Amino acid sequence: MLTQLTHDIATPLSRRRWLAATAGLVLGLAAFTNARAADDTIKVGVLHSLSGTMAISETTLKDTVLFLIDEQNKKGGVLGKKLEAVVVDPASNWPLFAEKARELITKNKVSVVFGCWTSVSRKSVLPVFKELNSILFYPVQYEGEESERNVFYTGAAPNQQAIPAVDYLMKDEKVKRWVLAGTDYVYPRTTNKILEAYLKSKGVKQEDIMINYTPFGHSDWQTIVADIKKFGSTGKKTAVVSTINGDANVPFYKELGNQGIKATDIPVVAFSVGEEELAGIDTKPLLGHLAAWNYFQSIKDPANEKFIKAWQAYTKNPKRVTNDPMEAHVIGFDMWVKAVEKVKSVDADKVIDALPGIEAKNLTGGTSKMLPNHHITKPVFIGEIKANGQFDVVWKTPGLVAGDAWSKELDGSKDLIGDWVGKKCGNYNTKTNKCGGQGS
Amino acid sequence: MFTNVLDRFRALVLSLLLIAAVASPALAGPFEDAVGKFANDEFSDTDEAIGAVATSGNPLAFAIISALQDGRLMADPDSKKVYVTQPDGKIIDAATGAAVEKLPDSAAAVRLNNRLRRTVEAALGGLTLLSPDPAKRIQAAQSVFKTHDEAMLPLVDEALKKETVNAARLAFTEARAAILLFKPDATDGEKLEAIATIKARGDQEAMALLTGLTGDQPAAIASAAANAKAAIQRSLALWSMVQNAWYGLSLGSVLLLAAIGLAITFGVMGVINMAHGEMVMIGAYVTFVVQETIRTSFPHLFDYSLLMAVPLAFIVAGAIGILIERSIIRFLYGRPLETLLATWGLSLVLQQAVRTMFGPTNREVGNPSWMSGAFELGQVTITYNRLWILCFTLAVFAILLAMLRYTALGLEMRAVTQNRRMAASMGIATSRVDALTFGLGSGIAGIAGVALSQIDNVSPNLGQSYIIDSFMVVVFGGVGNLWGTLVGAFTLGIANKFLEPMAGAVLGKIAILVLIILFIQKRPRGLFALKGRAVEA
Repeated sequence: MLTQLTHDIATPLSRRRWLAATAGLVLGLAAFTNARAADDTIKVGVLHSLSGTMAISETTLKDTVLFLIDEQNKKGGVLGKKLEAVVVDPASNWPLFAEKARELITKNKVSVVFGCWTSVSRKSVLPVFKELNSILFYPVQYEGEESERNVFYTGAAPNQQAIPAVDYLMKDEKVKRWVLAGTDYVYPRTTNKILEAYLKSKGVKQEDIMINYTPFGHSDWQTIVADIKKFGSTGKKTAVVSTINGDANVPFYKELGNQGIKATDIPVVAFSVGEEELAGIDTKPLLGHLAAWNYFQSIKDPANEKFIKAWQAYTKNPKRVTNDPMEAHVIGFDMWVKAVEKVKSVDADKVIDALPGIEAKNLTGGTSKMLPNHHITKPVFIGEIKANGQFDVVWKTPGLVAGDAWSKELDGSKDLIGDWVGKKCGNYNTKTNKCGGQGS
Repeated sequence: MFTNVLDRFRALVLSLLLIAAVASPALAGPFEDAVGKFANDEFSDTDEAIGAVATSGNPLAFAIISALQDGRLMADPDSKKVYVTQPDGKIIDAATGAAVEKLPDSAAAVRLNNRLRRTVEAALGGLTLLSPDPAKRIQAAQSVFKTHDEAMLPLVDEALKKETVNAARLAFTEARAAILLFKPDATDGEKLEAIATIKARGDQEAMALLTGLTGDQPAAIASAAANAKAAIQRSLALWSMVQNAWYGLSLGSVLLLAAIGLAITFGVMGVINMAHGEMVMIGAYVTFVVQETIRTSFPHLFDYSLLMAVPLAFIVAGAIGILIERSIIRFLYGRPLETLLATWGLSLVLQQAVRTMFGPTNREVGNPSWMSGAFELGQVTITYNRLWILCFTLAVFAILLAMLRYTALGLEMRAVTQNRRMAASMGIATSRVDALTFGLGSGIAGIAGVALSQIDNVSPNLGQSYIIDSFMVVVFGGVGNLWGTLVGAFTLGIANKFLEPMAGAVLGKIAILVLIILFIQKRPRGLFALKGRAVEA
């Protein structure tokens, strides 16, 4: 920018001097900051959208990482060095995610990156992390069917969210008919494929399953809600399993409420609606509808209460809510710190090898463990929406559930496992005993 | 199936016992223990407690169960004591009925899940059949219609005898018909009559009931049921057409509302305004600010919040529109490509500005009571918010049309857009008119934001989802023609809603886009093309 300006105002004679001076200054600064960074800080990259459509969800996660770094530095940092956050804004633009990831790793020399929300953004940065051999912690529930050496998945795999939720509805609510409603992209499509296979394996007939996809940001739900009502009025208990994403949820729930569908008639269990999303909704029409997560703000546990208090103090907002992907970052960050301290280095290869087996306390009273497939163990909770925008836990799994990288329900992936410890392979086929391929 | 029957049987026993409990004086029993279970905060214990309290025959049973339903049953986990907050605010000890001064601080409402809520509802169901409130009676009759419990028959008969309200009488008659249809020892005559009653009801639930009828019926009844089913099917198919048409009108009204401002700025002035959606968003945020002010300062005025937001949104969005026109767009007239880029950039700036000011998350905009809920017209559910938006859109359209036609400003606007130089030489300050026209278009977009805040999320991205649809409507309807925008919006809305059930929401939208592209190939100037010299100008 500065050189651009000098072009316009400087005379031909003084231009060279200007250029030389600017270049010198820039080089000097760069050398200085580099030297400083190498000396006493460890850099942590934050790759979350701060503008564009995904800013609504990702901004909070950026704040969470900054908060965690702040807390860690208060405790003296890691390996005697302070942590330093490098925040970039990929602006909800998928190719830009890859560019920014490259910038973080090559230019800013970060040791680890916490980031991404949508699956497409994760897929976009994957080749960069592989090529430059760095580490990404991915905190959001996703469709599974992936296990990469450079990525650690701290969000839920389908068997840690979708399957337990369906089990709950089947056993506790005695649901016989299922509406699988989702936004039209990879996560709902894959999750619904898994759920459909699972339901059929439990003896649900094809005519008792209705699958429905809508475009992103769909706001006119009249027809679909009327269809759900019709589908649910055959006398068999019906439930909606919703993988509807983000913004489209609000008009969906409003239409449900307005057309008089109550949670006692047709409950909706959602996988993408959390405290943060409810903060912007009038929750009256939603009472009693369900959500499945691995964490709820309302869970009573000393660790959780301490975290909420510190978080609200950090953000200077006593009403600021916490949610599931935030907890995933808390666990992931803790695991990374422990791994770095174990190998006394931030070298990517050493940390990647050290991470499986590392344990970290989660905020709901349990201890999560990093598995060889780079997923973690998590408890699963079903919560009912309350009037204050919080959830009331009505059911939880007896213990922690291990995340499956590859779904056991799908033909293409049931023989695959991810194992970066013994087999050094993300898609090892247990039938053919070979690494690679989509299975039998 | 077996568990279903068991559930129903249990609910029935509970409700009958509750009725007995209300009628008879207190009996001795392990009532206190049962009440204490509510304090355990376990769903299984609460379930047991409901059963035990209901069967205890204690006069407090009804008060406790109905308090449980309304979230007024409070339990103290420390002392294991349970309290009922009466609707009038008085507090009593649930175990003894003694009045209590004040709830302990640790007391919290006893939690329910959906299954328990249904148990409670079923337990209270029998009682509400004789409730003094007709709406509650109808509701209870509806639930009997669905469950058609044989043992409810005497109660229903008794209620029917006393009933004076017509709607409730109909509901009871239908409930009675449903019971008789499934009663093994009912006569064939009774069953045929029941089928006729259910056929007259003619909705989805009637259909479900008839479908549930088992095969081993006498031939006359089986054929009557089959006929009734076919008749209901026919009428439902007809009603679903009506329903689609209504949904189409409602979607059309939303499209029209979003596009109407653009019809002025793009249609009349020819400015490709990509920041149009952001004006809608600003209108929605004005609604949020108005509601927030009302919530904190004048909560009793909440139902009027939208009425207050409408003029404010118009002024705020209009003022921003004028500012944009004066500072950016007036330098770009006649350069469509630059206008497009500049306004696109502007839309990003506005979005980020709002994101910085209000945060990236959704903001809560509530529905006033007169915009919540729905009513049934035949077999079609019409929600109030959609109905009001349709009326509001038509009103805005009429006012705009009248303004362009009958006011001096409207005349000047038409003059300037038809022939700028001629208008200028007639003494019209064309640049002032440009600014006002742009302000008017933006202001109307702001008003649209107020209405759209009722059905969509209020977030910085609100505008983006409407900009494409708005351009589609204006181009399809014919640039420069307000009537074209009206017809275009409703045509697209209805076409979309008739395609959606067949092709699904995603394919439906794609099909609409393809149809528009084909249509524009045939008629590049849209449905209602302007004729005459203005076209060449």
